[in-house]
Amino acid sequence: MKPPPFAYHAPASVDEACGLLATLEDAKVLAGGQSLVPLLNFRLARPQHLVDINRVSGLERIYERDRGIAVQALARQAAVEDSEVVARICPLLTEAIRLVAHRVIRNRGTVCGSIAHADPASELPAVLLALNGHVIARSTRGDRVISAAELFTSVMETTLAPDELMVEAWFPESTDRHAIVEESRRHGDFALAGAVRYADRLALFGVAPTPVLADPHDPTRGLEPSADLEASREFRLHLVRVLTDRAFAA
Amino acid sequence: MRVNGVQRAATDDTRRLLSDHLRHDLGLTGTHVGCEHGVCGCCTVLLDGAPIRSCLMLAVQAEGHDVTTIEGLSRDGTALHPVQQAFHECHALQCGFCTPGFVMSVVGLLAQHPDPSPVEIEEGIAGNLCRCTGYASIRRAVHRAVELSTQGERMTGRQ
Repeated sequence: MKPPPFAYHAPASVDEACGLLATLEDAKVLAGGQSLVPLLNFRLARPQHLVDINRVSGLERIYERDRGIAVQALARQAAVEDSEVVARICPLLTEAIRLVAHRVIRNRGTVCGSIAHADPASELPAVLLALNGHVIARSTRGDRVISAAELFTSVMETTLAPDELMVEAWFPESTDRHAIVEESRRHGDFALAGAVRYADRLALFGVAPTPVLADPHDPTRGLEPSADLEASREFRLHLVRVLTDRAFAA
Repeated sequence: MRVNGVQRAATDDTRRLLSDHLRHDLGLTGTHVGCEHGVCGCCTVLLDGAPIRSCLMLAVQAEGHDVTTIEGLSRDGTALHPVQQAFHECHALQCGFCTPGFVMSVVGLLAQHPDPSPVEIEEGIAGNLCRCTGYASIRRAVHRAVELSTQGERMTGRQ
């Protein structure tokens, strides 16, 4: 229950961080640490290098850009939750963040970190997908815009390259009808299944290796959710139907 | 880093979790360690005034920051902090293992919401587990802590 050995790096700038990621083999970016540190403590992750970006200045902004809201890599979930500009431009994001773990976790956890971690049962990747947002990946090779549809590839896998740092996530202005609903065993737990609705779009989470877009009229089509101790495949499919109804009744 | 107002030397062991640094290097064993993956809440401390899990942070990351543990709540070391007093009055602890974490979470909750609604109280303590299941008393203690904090402010003339 202690982290395995690693070399620790604390760059002071984005350029320095990207330089480290470009040269180090087997490096992991440490932002809020609310997902990565448990994995280290369990020794499920054993990176040779940790690049801690918490000393990078000027990476905490939450600001309006291109008729949407941009959330930089070090903006804590609690800051986004409390942000008036987020509540005005993208209220779905505010509502979704309140479902992420607990406030004590959100005081440290970051929005970009949740997206980069890409847990299939996590709310924020599904919100990014439902809203058709994007992230900006920076490396010594330059900036790359990755749309939500092209970002998530499998369980905790994304198209971010090992030398890329996600510097920003962007959520489009979204004041149309929206809802995020989920079922979990206890408040703050990962969801057994969840649904994000924006206007006519539906994204599901917790029922596939990545968040997925689904047809609101036939949300379970093509879904093969896994079964585990918490829920059977059939129960998850049932939840998808019920949660979709609730999301569109909202 | 400053711990309970005292400047402390940093550890050079980058693997050291903040929770272990507080307990093993600084002898502040009031911060308890339960699950070590952020679920139980026993290791909750304040970082620059906001509650965080000390088991999910490396000690080196706290360099340059203010850390407050359960030992640092009582200003002069004698009188209990209003949240501690409320837990005492309401019998909000049995075995006591979860108590430091609960108290630090509630201090953070009341800093954010000085007059919390019942829902805000429930959400404020939802991230801490009590294996003795004394949640009803703990919830009462939060209400009592609000009363004590308000009284304290009146007595000292603060609003």
